[in-house]
Amino acid sequence: MVAAETRTKVLEVNDLSISYGPKTAMSGLSLDVYENEIFGIIGPANSGKTSFLRAINRMDAFDSQMNVNGSLRFMGTEVSAWRNDYALRRQIGVVFPLPVGLPMSIYDNVAFAAKLRGVKGKAALDEVVERCLTRAALWDEVKDRLDSLGSQLSGGQQQRLTIARALSQEPTLLMLDEFSIAVDPVTTMRIEDVLKELKKEMTILLVTNLVQQAERLADRTALFLNGSLIEIGYTDALFEGQTQDQRTKDYLEGRFG
Amino acid sequence: MTARFAATELNLSNYRTERRYRLMLFSMTAMLVLPVLIILAILILKGAPMISWEFLFEFPRRGMTEGGIYPALLGTIFIVVVDLIFAMPIGVAAAIYLSEYAPDNWLTRAINLAIINLAGVPSIVHALFGVGAFVIFFGFGTSILAAALTVAIMTLPLVIVATRESLQAVPQAFREACWSMGASRWQTIFTVVLPNAISGILTGLILEVSRTAGETAPIMFTGAAFFLPFLPESVFDQTMALSLHLFVVSTQVPEVPEALPYGVALVLIGIVLIMNAISIVFRSYLRGKKKW
Repeated sequence: MVAAETRTKVLEVNDLSISYGPKTAMSGLSLDVYENEIFGIIGPANSGKTSFLRAINRMDAFDSQMNVNGSLRFMGTEVSAWRNDYALRRQIGVVFPLPVGLPMSIYDNVAFAAKLRGVKGKAALDEVVERCLTRAALWDEVKDRLDSLGSQLSGGQQQRLTIARALSQEPTLLMLDEFSIAVDPVTTMRIEDVLKELKKEMTILLVTNLVQQAERLADRTALFLNGSLIEIGYTDALFEGQTQDQRTKDYLEGRFG
Repeated sequence: MTARFAATELNLSNYRTERRYRLMLFSMTAMLVLPVLIILAILILKGAPMISWEFLFEFPRRGMTEGGIYPALLGTIFIVVVDLIFAMPIGVAAAIYLSEYAPDNWLTRAINLAIINLAGVPSIVHALFGVGAFVIFFGFGTSILAAALTVAIMTLPLVIVATRESLQAVPQAFREACWSMGASRWQTIFTVVLPNAISGILTGLILEVSRTAGETAPIMFTGAAFFLPFLPESVFDQTMALSLHLFVVSTQVPEVPEALPYGVALVLIGIVLIMNAISIVFRSYLRGKKKW
């Protein structure tokens, strides 16, 4: 508790609002995310969780409908003030709900970000590919077929591939958007173990639809509901019932309707 | 031990309806295929005896009632090649812009509308435009270049629409995954979108080639000649062309042996079919390599 104030803030969000055309997806969001924590975001569908992630890595630049207002600082700098969007995104790894294996070989999937960053030479790329696949607990399963298509792996393997791909960016912040939606329970547990390890090196933003997943992994958890933040708290405390808002208590206990 | 499921009157009527619609849809499909088969059969039956080495590689003789179709065959190939040199890069580039870059605003919608309308303009109107623009204004004269440019403009919508459709068939999730790794739009297009859209783009180009080879009206005013006793030496020369030659030997020249026009038509259709076959082979080769 005491340590929180001294830790570096990876994200500082102040009065953030997001809208798509006339439709508001998020309003009045303020929160901080600290270095080396797993920050869980829970909430029902349509509560603005994914929109928040998209605002962080400036996906609004690719979506003319999407409008972001307010202050969103990443590593102390407004994301909209980063001189180079691409450099910003390279520091933020993203894992999507449905595994998106790019239609290229397993090797290229993982080497892609390194190539974008300017890593050259087969030896250097080989090293990145092996390291990232190993850390994503996939290396042993694919090391003999790195040239086959990433999109032909099973769903669980593909999701670990996308995690390896995100790690190959050497991100400061790793954002996972309901990563376990299309993944079997065993793989989910393996990925969760990987995340606990990764926490030592990076900050993880974990959007999840599984309350128990937040309980297992997150240091702090926030509940989003209909485009606004209901409550943030230490996960342990929240699950012990120390909630400020009755809606949080109801949601955590699955009595929500 | 389990009760057999007995078909009710409703089930039976569902089956009957199903059969009826299937039959109806199948017969529509057959009606589509039948004319193609008949055309091919007649052409092959009547035209095949004409096809020989001499027919393909000799000049027409005796007022085009004898001899071969070499200059027309070569002319059609020239027009197609020059047409592709212009239409392919412009069409593909425009489609990439429209699909990947263009914001969704009134200007984009106006451009899309213009493309659809361009596709609807009758070919004879394109021919007159070609005369005004390329033959007279740019001073290319009646030439391969003017003819190819006219056809290129006419067939651009084909390339643009086919390319744009195949680009939009590439899942948006691939783009977002790529962007979120810090790739720019162009890097995303080049590494992920284009390789996965290539077979659709090829289809568009093949359609374009087929169309170009077959067009008559737009080239007869802009570069195709009734008869020439020599081959073109540059793109600024006139040329004979298969499509126009077919028109000429069918309607304009007396005492042409009956089989001759069929032979010309068979060669023309042959070019189109060969192009289609090449594209099918190439596409299935590419599809074997890339998949999602």
